[in-house]
Amino acid sequence: MTIRFTLNGRPVALDTDPGRRAVDILREDLGALSVKEGCGTGECGACSVLLDGELKLSCLLLAAQLEGREVVTCEGLGDQDAPHALQVAFAEHGAVQCGFCTPGMVLAAESLLRENPDPDREDVRRGLSGNLCRCTGYVKIVDAVQAAARERRGGRRKK
Amino acid sequence: MTRVLLPATLPELWEALAACPEAPLLAGGTDLLVRLRARRQRPEALVGLERLAELRTIRRQGRGLRIGALATHAMIARHPLVLRHAPVLARAVSEVGGPAIRNMGTLGGNLCTASPAGDSLPALAVLEARVELLSAGGTRLLPLSEFLLGPGRAALAPGEIVGAVRVPLSADFQVQHFEKAGRRAALAIAVVSLAVLARLEKGMVAEARLAVGSAAPTVLRCPEAEEFLRGRRLTLSALERAARAVRAAVRPIDDARASAGYRRQVAGNLLLRLADL
Ligand SMILES: Cc1cc2nc3c(=O)[nH]c(=O)nc-3n(C[C@H](O)[C@H](O)[C@H](O)COP(=O)(O)OP(=O)(O)OC[C@H]3O[C@@H](n4cnc5c(N)ncnc54)[C@H](O)[C@@H]3O)c2cc1C
Ligand code: FES
Ligand code: FES
Repeated sequence: MTIRFTLNGRPVALDTDPGRRAVDILREDLGALSVKEGCGTGECGACSVLLDGELKLSCLLLAAQLEGREVVTCEGLGDQDAPHALQVAFAEHGAVQCGFCTPGMVLAAESLLRENPDPDREDVRRGLSGNLCRCTGYVKIVDAVQAAARERRGGRRKK
Repeated sequence: MTRVLLPATLPELWEALAACPEAPLLAGGTDLLVRLRARRQRPEALVGLERLAELRTIRRQGRGLRIGALATHAMIARHPLVLRHAPVLARAVSEVGGPAIRNMGTLGGNLCTASPAGDSLPALAVLEARVELLSAGGTRLLPLSEFLLGPGRAALAPGEIVGAVRVPLSADFQVQHFEKAGRRAALAIAVVSLAVLARLEKGMVAEARLAVGSAAPTVLRCPEAEEFLRGRRLTLSALERAARAVRAAVRPIDDARASAGYRRQVAGNLLLRLADL
């Protein structure tokens, strides 16, 4: 069956089994390797994507469900040549160690900042609560998200 | 190859269900796909409900709210009608998982999974919600307590789906409380949860409704504690007595997450929080 959707702004038409998981087609067929599979059961957030702008878990989505939709992965936010403010902030704040959780964290943070441009630390923790990191201890991640939020608001400091 | 049918209208849904009567229904998939994976099952066909826009709406209907089964936890948690008329439900669903799970998981899925730990259930129990069941043959309404039969068991007939939950706007409950005790704020399934509605008149409880989750095979109302609170103020000592009635009513189990004794203790303790309100 042919499934059509857009991935990071580009139209995709893919002939595949509609019952395959979105995480598998994104990684294996379409090369979106920022999408990680950690747990495969919805608990770690590493496979997060934005689907029609909403944060979703690609390990719990089937290929068929992507039909007609817009998928954005971390590659779609920015790349090495033109990184996104969150990607820069994660790198600058040491919020990346092994990097496995990072794409999912960045997407969860992006989703949070779209809803709440000025989150306090607790808001950030809650916004990222579906994403597990085994390396950083989260403090630097929260710092990075707050820094990116500040920058996005135009460098104004909070309070 | 798995066929995934995504009907966009109810007539198309009935057709799909008639064509594939064995196909599991897929709403947000956060329970179903995890369960299928754990059993290494790959069904021949799935019927997805996500494109049925009419099941996703939240609106006023008569003297109540009608919340479509496909409404996600995230939608419900921020919906102005829910925040205004049923804040206890908004509060409860905002405790489900993390943001992505709340963007995927639906109220209908939470009900049909019928887990004793389903976070929406105690809130729906104190709201005295009714479940709207749809099939090709028509609509029927069941009180929540008749819909939930036990862990993982709901009163759905073959060919039937949950279309919506109807919440009556019966009275002004000034106290609307939900609290979940779990091991980690997000992603942790409740060890015990408690929903409370109370209507106060001159500082006295005119009506109280309590429901405990995760402490019995299904969500449990506590008529003894409700009755005890009537006519009293929500003082610590009154709440302690009511908490004793809650502890006597619950029938918790021991499992990997907590012991029965701990659950029993916490179920009562959660009530004491009302003294601070
Ligand atoms: C990581 C993680 C964390 C979670 N945390 C919580 C939590 O904190 N609290 C909590 O309560 N739950 C939690 N859950 C469970 C789950 O997210 C919820 O129960 C959710 O509401 C299920 O909805 P769904 O739409 O995803 O259901 P699905 O998985 O799509 O469906 C669940 C079951 O219900 C049936 N079904 C669904 N909708 C209908 C309908 N309209 N009519 C008839 N049958 C239907 C399906 O066939 C299936 O059997 C968690 C799950 C995960 C993976
Ligand atoms: S791989 Fe999807 S949440 Fe862990
Ligand atoms: S940086 Fe290694 S898991 Fe988060």
